[in-house]
Amino acid sequence: MSRTLLSRSLYQLQNVSRSNGFFLHNSSTKFKHAVLAAFQPFLQSSRPYANSPQPAASASSVDQAELAKFAAIAESWWDAEGPFKPLHVMNPTRLTFIRSTLCRHFGKDPLSARPFEGLKFVDVGCGGGILSEPLARMGASVTGIDAVEKNIKIAQVHADLDPVASSIEYRCTTAENLVEEQQKFDAVLALEVIEHVANPDGFCKSLSALTKPDGATIISTINRSMRAYATAVVVAEYILHWLPKGTHEWSSFLTPEELVLLLQRSSISVEEMAGFAYDPLTGQWSLDDDIGVNFIAFGTKINE
Amino acid sequence: MSRLIASRRLASNICVSKLSARTFCNDASAKLNNVPNSSQFNKELEDEQGFTNDVPQYDIAIVGGGMVGIALASSLASMPLTKQLSIAIIDSNPALTNGASIKKDDPPDPRVSTVTPATISLFKGIGAWQYVEQHRHAYFDRMQVWDYTGFGYTRYNARDAGKDVLGCVVENKVLQKSLLSCLQASISVSAGLFFFSTLEMKTEQNKDFKKTIYSTRLSSMSLPTRSSVSAAGDLQSKSLANLAKLELSDGTNLYAKLVVGADGSKSHVRELAGIKTTGWNYSQSAVICTVEHPAENFCAWQRFLPAGPIALLPIGDNFSNIVWTMSPKEAANHKIMNEDDFVKAVNNALDFGYGPHPGSRPFSGDILPSFFRPDVTSSANEGFELPPKVTKLASHRMAFPLSLMHANQYVSRRVALIGDAAHTVHPLAGQGVNMGYGDVASLSNVIADGVAVGSDIGEVTLLKKYEADRKTANIAMMAVLDGFQKAYSVDFGPLNILRAAAFNGANVFAPLKKNIISYASGELRLPFLS
Ligand SMILES: Cc1cc2nc3c(=O)[nH]c(=O)nc-3n(C[C@H](O)[C@H](O)[C@H](O)COP(=O)(O)OP(=O)(O)OC[C@H]3O[C@@H](n4cnc5c(N)ncnc54)[C@H](O)[C@@H]3O)c2cc1C
Ligand SMILES: C[S@@+](CC[C@H](N)C(=O)[O-])C[C@H]1O[C@@H](n2cnc3c(N)ncnc32)[C@H](O)[C@@H]1O
Repeated sequence: MSRTLLSRSLYQLQNVSRSNGFFLHNSSTKFKHAVLAAFQPFLQSSRPYANSPQPAASASSVDQAELAKFAAIAESWWDAEGPFKPLHVMNPTRLTFIRSTLCRHFGKDPLSARPFEGLKFVDVGCGGGILSEPLARMGASVTGIDAVEKNIKIAQVHADLDPVASSIEYRCTTAENLVEEQQKFDAVLALEVIEHVANPDGFCKSLSALTKPDGATIISTINRSMRAYATAVVVAEYILHWLPKGTHEWSSFLTPEELVLLLQRSSISVEEMAGFAYDPLTGQWSLDDDIGVNFIAFGTKINE
Repeated sequence: MSRLIASRRLASNICVSKLSARTFCNDASAKLNNVPNSSQFNKELEDEQGFTNDVPQYDIAIVGGGMVGIALASSLASMPLTKQLSIAIIDSNPALTNGASIKKDDPPDPRVSTVTPATISLFKGIGAWQYVEQHRHAYFDRMQVWDYTGFGYTRYNARDAGKDVLGCVVENKVLQKSLLSCLQASISVSAGLFFFSTLEMKTEQNKDFKKTIYSTRLSSMSLPTRSSVSAAGDLQSKSLANLAKLELSDGTNLYAKLVVGADGSKSHVRELAGIKTTGWNYSQSAVICTVEHPAENFCAWQRFLPAGPIALLPIGDNFSNIVWTMSPKEAANHKIMNEDDFVKAVNNALDFGYGPHPGSRPFSGDILPSFFRPDVTSSANEGFELPPKVTKLASHRMAFPLSLMHANQYVSRRVALIGDAAHTVHPLAGQGVNMGYGDVASLSNVIADGVAVGSDIGEVTLLKKYEADRKTANIAMMAVLDGFQKAYSVDFGPLNILRAAAFNGANVFAPLKKNIISYASGELRLPFLS
């Protein structure tokens, strides 16, 4: 992605945040590295950039090597102290963001226990269902999809423990396949997935195609920021020793600007964005206006 | 017979609430009409293959409908995010279901609580304070604390903390009844009949709103474990195995996502959840009763005697409540001595008994550091006063042993402890029930937060937030009260002088006093860390 594009999208992003009056309190940022450390399982393993040539926009978003990582630790999805601990701990915080943006967007009562009643959501890359279950409890009829069969099995077994969660429809498939089936949803969510897919561009197009007109899309991911870079540089340098010449992308992490741009090109206009801040004293996460490390974006479908 | 009706209605409650979520409920309603008696009903509950969906399932089962347990139910019912939760309250106390009203003219019950402004605002939020105000209650704006050595005294005035009142004394039964009225106020008229063992309450806004009182006791409880869940066969028994199962002493079984132990200091829930406690007995007892005096009292009085404090708390009209701490042997004595002698003993303890009155002015400070000298705010220089003379005993006397107990954990998966089940304190500063109400406010907020983000409300990561919120606050309060208790149960000359000095210090050192008031009124959480 060229520099000019990036700076233009940055300008856009600033406009976006201003027009929405989206200002969050600035809290301490010095603990952000803790966040990153929490994601080490995803960061450390080398991505096979060299082996997989950049796929065409319409190709599958599936990156087999990435999927193998998840399949290997699938059993631990619901172990709150296991490798997915960061997702468990972050869950209430990101659900707070989802609740407030979607209640506003769909005109739902924010004081209702089940505000999403009557809405169809798809959780793309649902993993073990850490996000799908709360969404179902909040009243949404949820479809959870993941490219890893094992994840879907774990998600199903866990959901069966709770009658409300057992209403979730879990399927082992990809966003592209749902697009082919011409499925449409009020809200399309892909949290901590885009950094694991083979072509983010095509992936965003699929998410957009799954979103109903006037629907919403929510994406969260890790920023490819200097702070993230600082931690990953060791890995990158190590990798650079054997990566073929011309491999200039050391990571497929997206910056917020790039994500906004990708979504814009897929007819989704990002309207709100927030960062996650970790407080090591309380062990809790909170929403923050610093999108330097982990961030979440809410966008709406642009109707052509 | 009423049991049968209760069971049938119960089953229908469950069914109605589940219809939207699951289609197999149709079977259950068909089954319902065939329930001939309660024993068969219960047998069916245990039927493995059978209609396990007849077993009542609740979001929350509150074990113990005392002042604290009922407050949690009312608090949850009053908040938009939690009002739809289905709640079972389990307590055999007939006061919960007999609907008997409290007569304003009856002399006050000896069991009273001093509620702090923080508790009053919880009650106002719930909508229960208006009911308290319809009954006997006594606000007080002054407090005098002194001791038998004649060396020191201190007076607190609500004015010093910029407040109207320091607290309010209310009979325990009034607190409980007011909270209960609040729950009942939300029964819509269309809900119709009122069952003695099962109250079904519906709000106008939300037909799913459901609160049920089981007039029985908890006999055992099983909590989900990894193996119990995986051992369960079909889907339905798996989802049941994932809940807490309660067995009640009348044979009823029920399931809940969250069991709240509000069953007092000897909590059965705590024991069944395997939560250990730390604590000790004080080898002291308290004698409590209601007394009468010639004029109305607006001040809370507390005098420290060699064996422990005696408190005279206003309870409205010409009545006050006595809480008198002494050795168990003395307590037994004071409980049975004839009334005239008891009244004499009380007057003696509140006047010249055991030692002289403190000087007519607060201590003027020769041996105290200069910063303890009286500053010249008028309220800090209020003179020592004598409490009203007691003329008559107005209730029976009760004696109970005192102890300090703290649960090592407040929560585990699907279990949370509140009130005396989590902590029991010396009644010295009237903080016992206020700590419980602090728990109620915190736990209901944590549950509301959990509902807002679609959490399983019995999940331990959620419940830990309640524990983190309350444990530090409660331990700080307990340490202070225990420290007080220890300082006043040892009769060493020098120590007495020190504590008298501390009293004087408190009396003359306005900012410190303000802190003490804020702390005693439940506003300051950690007096010594803030
Ligand atoms: C005599 C006395 C005077 C006090 N004075 C004051 C004061 O002035 N100020 C103050 O703040 N505090 C005071 N306290 C402390 C205060 O009363 C307690 O903190 C308060 O009662 C705690 O309320 P609770 O609801 O947690 O427990 P409790 O009031 O003990 O209620 C527990 C309830 O659980 C029920 N129960 C128990 N076991 C089971 C079971 N297995 N199944 C079903 N139900 C069960 C019981 O029937 C009871 O209704 C005093 C305490 C006593 C004993
Ligand atoms: C970090 S996990 C996030 C899980 C879940 N969204 C959450 O936030 O709790 C990423 C998940 O995306 C899935 N995934 C990766 N690439 C995918 C693709 N192309 N299509 C569908 N799922 C994919 C992985 O199998 C994994 O379960």
